[in-house]
Amino acid sequence: MSASLLIDIILWASVAALGFMAWQRGRPVLVTSVREGTMDFIHIVPRIALGVIGSGYIAAIIPAEFIIGALGPSSGWLGVLTAVVAGAATPGGPVIGFSICAVALKAGGGTPQVLAYVVAWALFAFQRLVLWEIPFMPAKFVWFRAAVSLPLPFIAAAIAMAVGKP
Amino acid sequence: MSDLPLKDPFPVDPIADGEPRPGKVRNPIGWSTIMLAALVAVSAGLVYRRDGVSGLTETLFHDMSLFGGILPRVLAGCLLGAFTAELLPHDKVSKSLGPKSGLKGLLIATAFGAILPGGPFTAYPVASALLAVGADFGATIAMVVSWTLIGYGRAVAWELPIMGTDFTLWRIVISLPLPLIAGAFGRFVYGRLDRDRPR
Repeated sequence: MSASLLIDIILWASVAALGFMAWQRGRPVLVTSVREGTMDFIHIVPRIALGVIGSGYIAAIIPAEFIIGALGPSSGWLGVLTAVVAGAATPGGPVIGFSICAVALKAGGGTPQVLAYVVAWALFAFQRLVLWEIPFMPAKFVWFRAAVSLPLPFIAAAIAMAVGKP
Repeated sequence: MSDLPLKDPFPVDPIADGEPRPGKVRNPIGWSTIMLAALVAVSAGLVYRRDGVSGLTETLFHDMSLFGGILPRVLAGCLLGAFTAELLPHDKVSKSLGPKSGLKGLLIATAFGAILPGGPFTAYPVASALLAVGADFGATIAMVVSWTLIGYGRAVAWELPIMGTDFTLWRIVISLPLPLIAGAFGRFVYGRLDRDRPR
């Protein structure tokens, strides 16, 4: 719990520091950016309400046992591919993906496959893309970013196979 | 999707009132929202069939409290993004993170993504601000990927307690080259696409 408090403190300290810098440039700069930021916030809240409140339902119907079974140590590159697809389909939010991974590791999942799953989930979780990335960024950028990130989980799995277990 | 060329220079006037920042899209209801709503509705229906009303309300209350906890952080992220867009000097950003910034630009973007505080509510507004003040797609991709894979926010708060220190550190070390690879690849492909586009 202290970690999340620490992150909140760093976050608001950064806001205060940048706000102070804006104020030093003159009051209008501060007022304009606070107004811009607040408008962004107001526009984004309905989507975030939908995504965050809805993600619990998506998580509740994820076939976790199936995913965990697919990440076995002898599953090889097919297992990595399955992990990438499953990672992209797992809803965002900080907990679900890691929980599935923890169980998969305990159940004897292969580390390259579990790693590919975490990386794919972090990069492509569809619900996170739609909920967080699209509203804030130009849609063209988001799809382009996702497309060029496609090789990354495979590269991570290849490195993991080369360097071995943690 | 707007066809505004993001890389084109535009005059920066920090005191221009009421003008939305360039490269900015504010459409709360788009096709992606509708798709997400449909996905949520289908999932909620399946939960109801399996667990009944209690299953529905239990998840709802849990996620409402999550939402309440996230809201102030979203506001902080939006403010960070707005301050970044106002404060960062356009010429310096396009020099150090622009299309011609080379490996150094990708390294700067990667380092920036790794130290950026907060969660998605910070990373995407700030990334959007960087695009608006002259960073290219490659550097911004490196920054977003670096925040996603190397950033300490999610790792400290969630990954360490759930996955343990060994796995988390191992995963972060393996992820170190990935933002550079994605950024370089993105810059290369986008450069080709941009050159071929009829003007």
